Amino acid sequence: MPDATGLELLAQDLREADSDAVLDTLFFRDRATLIVDPARVRPTLEWLKGRGYGFLASVHGVDYYPEEPRLGVLYELLDMEKVDRITVKARVHTEKPELESAVPLWGAANVQEREVYDMFGVVFTGHPDLRRILMPDDYEGFPQRRDFPMGGEPVLFTYNEDQVPGWFE
Amino acid sequence: MAVTREPVDDFRIRQLRARDMLRGDLDGPELERHVEEGVLTTTLDKAIDWARGNSLFPLTFGLACCAIEFMTIVSARVDVARFGFEALRASPRQADLLILSGRVSIKMAPIVRRIYDQMLEPKWAIAMGACSSSMGVFNNYAIVPADKFMPIDVHVPGCPPRPEALMHGVLKLRAMIQGHPDQGWRQRYGAVGTEEVVGEKAADAINVFGPGDTEGA
Amino acid sequence: MSTPNGSAYRQREESLTLSHLEPELAAAEGLSTELLTLNMGPHHPATHGVLRLLVTLEGEVVRDVKPIVGYLHTGIEKTCEDKAYWKAIPVIERMDYLAYFFNAMAFCGAVEELLAVEVPKRAQYLRVIHLELNRIMSHLVWLGTSALDLGAISMFWYCFREKETILDLFEFSTGQRMHTRYFQVGGVIEDVPRGWVEKVRGFTADMPNRVNQYAAILDRNEIVLQRLRNTGVVDEETLLDLGITGPLLRASGNPWDLRKAAPYCSYEDFEFKIPVGTVGDNYDRYRVRMAEMVESVRIIDQALDGLPEGPYITEDRKVALPPRHELATSMEALIHHFKLVTEGFRVPPGEVYYPIEGPRGELGCFVRADGSAKPARVHMREPSFIMMPALAEMARDGYIADLIASLGMLDPIIGGVDR
Repeated sequence: MPDATGLELLAQDLREADSDAVLDTLFFRDRATLIVDPARVRPTLEWLKGRGYGFLASVHGVDYYPEEPRLGVLYELLDMEKVDRITVKARVHTEKPELESAVPLWGAANVQEREVYDMFGVVFTGHPDLRRILMPDDYEGFPQRRDFPMGGEPVLFTYNEDQVPGWFE
Repeated sequence: MAVTREPVDDFRIRQLRARDMLRGDLDGPELERHVEEGVLTTTLDKAIDWARGNSLFPLTFGLACCAIEFMTIVSARVDVARFGFEALRASPRQADLLILSGRVSIKMAPIVRRIYDQMLEPKWAIAMGACSSSMGVFNNYAIVPADKFMPIDVHVPGCPPRPEALMHGVLKLRAMIQGHPDQGWRQRYGAVGTEEVVGEKAADAINVFGPGDTEGA
Repeated sequence: MSTPNGSAYRQREESLTLSHLEPELAAAEGLSTELLTLNMGPHHPATHGVLRLLVTLEGEVVRDVKPIVGYLHTGIEKTCEDKAYWKAIPVIERMDYLAYFFNAMAFCGAVEELLAVEVPKRAQYLRVIHLELNRIMSHLVWLGTSALDLGAISMFWYCFREKETILDLFEFSTGQRMHTRYFQVGGVIEDVPRGWVEKVRGFTADMPNRVNQYAAILDRNEIVLQRLRNTGVVDEETLLDLGITGPLLRASGNPWDLRKAAPYCSYEDFEFKIPVGTVGDNYDRYRVRMAEMVESVRIIDQALDGLPEGPYITEDRKVALPPRHELATSMEALIHHFKLVTEGFRVPPGEVYYPIEGPRGELGCFVRADGSAKPARVHMREPSFIMMPALAEMARDGYIADLIASLGMLDPIIGGVDR
């Protein structure tokens, strides 16, 4: 992980390259996070890929309910040469949950962005095939949002333990 | 393992039970006992039940973690071949025991039901593990207990059940098959006669999927 | 992409074409070729779980494979938001059901980072021993089931015999064969019983011989060679682009292993090699996993040699339960015990992504804490999910039998794919 000063230097370079991309930097438990404007996510990822972070480890979706903007998408990048990790975070509102897709940069983003769409409803513009991946195709709702009910069924008990012989009989 | 019952030689009790049966008031174990006493099991039926119980063909149907313990049953330490059940069949048309090993998600439930329908009578189902019997560890939007959409004969608890526990469940099923006559709860709950019969295929049907048919995949 | 004409046998096969009939076929009316799309449905003996494949075939050559997943989706990540941190550990374990210690390790590691608790050395060594035993077990099940798919049916029984020995070791130390909830936040839940170390040594003394026996059966077998050599070749750049690490990446020549690159949990104390392949075909993946089993045995031996004395869970009473003998005398211990069992420990707000090297690649856990006793978001970066698109790359332009071999050598666990 870049240390705190390394993160600030990186953010400064990024601000020079693209002035309104970086909203904030966060250094927590030796991990660096760049919080970027959702409209500038794709150029930021491309710039970071050019800086050596060439491996997309993970794309997470997070629901920050009740803080606004509610839906966050985190990209975990890895630099294999220097063994460095950095996180790029973008937060969008539920009313307009659009982000530009990272599929042209990494093929790894394909299924992961589909999962974020399926679970949270974030629409990735430019994704070649944005469909539900884990839930059935005609499912309504976005299950991993915080205001989606947990669901579940009461267990069907038959209440006949007295009549049924035990395993020791 | 058998439940001891008192010999029913009291005429009055039988009379009352027949009256309740006609009224439709008889239910639960009383009904079971009434049906079983009304059926004469012939020696041929007993022999057929003995043979059926000793030659179950399980379907290779592994869903999740319980599938690993199900595979362990087939392996050498807990050997299912001792009992004659080593002929695991991949096609549901050739199998007669469906062991639901693992959690059944809402996307998979219609497929499980379809596979159960494709099995031919007589067929039995074991719900292995906590997830298929009740919801198990996960009580949420994505899972459905197997009792909701198909009839289950034996529930084996555990998460995952030890291979010995699953063996115990299979042997209990075998005892059920060999001990009880062929009428019983499955008849009453309409669980018989659910085979899926494929209708007439079109005369020129070769390609089930056309080149453009899989857009939604 | 796999090349159907990689060996002399295949070249002879290829030479048997209908090309001498082609003029006649072209002249004949109404003959055309079309692509057949076949559904290898979720219930299939060869798909290692409930994976649905839409295979587009031209004759017997695969032109495209589309995996459809989601038939085992359990909503594990959402279930964890409803449970205290220590109660979520058994739920997380059931995700990738052959690498349960790895799932628990990723989650516990993430929570330990958030809490900034220190895991004692003995707990770290015990964790390493269990993790490597689980890696061997996962590779054994892979070998047994993949050999079964290829037709080498007797390998299934041999591998499961070894797997039973490992599960006996797990039952000895943790009480449960699978899904042991042994790893807790701060260490392990209890110390290993007396006699366990000797049993593990008996296993590790024997295991390299068994791996040699498996190699003797499969390594130079004519059928295995022809089915696995030069089939399912994917080059390293495609794998890196798809985000795939683990034995697949190592088989194509890249020695990336998180245990060496970014050591966690005392892995830097041990000396072991990383097996690396050259061509990147199915045979290399098979050899890499076999060699990894031997390396894991070496790690276990070193960990047993160096197993230090000490506490097996962190001394921080706000995170870990106090030992039971303290409950009778200390009021504070009683209060801590009560708070931990009823509510659980509270984690200060923050977000952490904790990656470890699982048997299939980089297994990462993202935990977001919001200050309460329940996690606000848990997301597992599961290598089986990421490696699904690689199947299309591996199977394209190969025969359908190569698709089955590639699916076996890919080693997906559908519980991890669908979570």
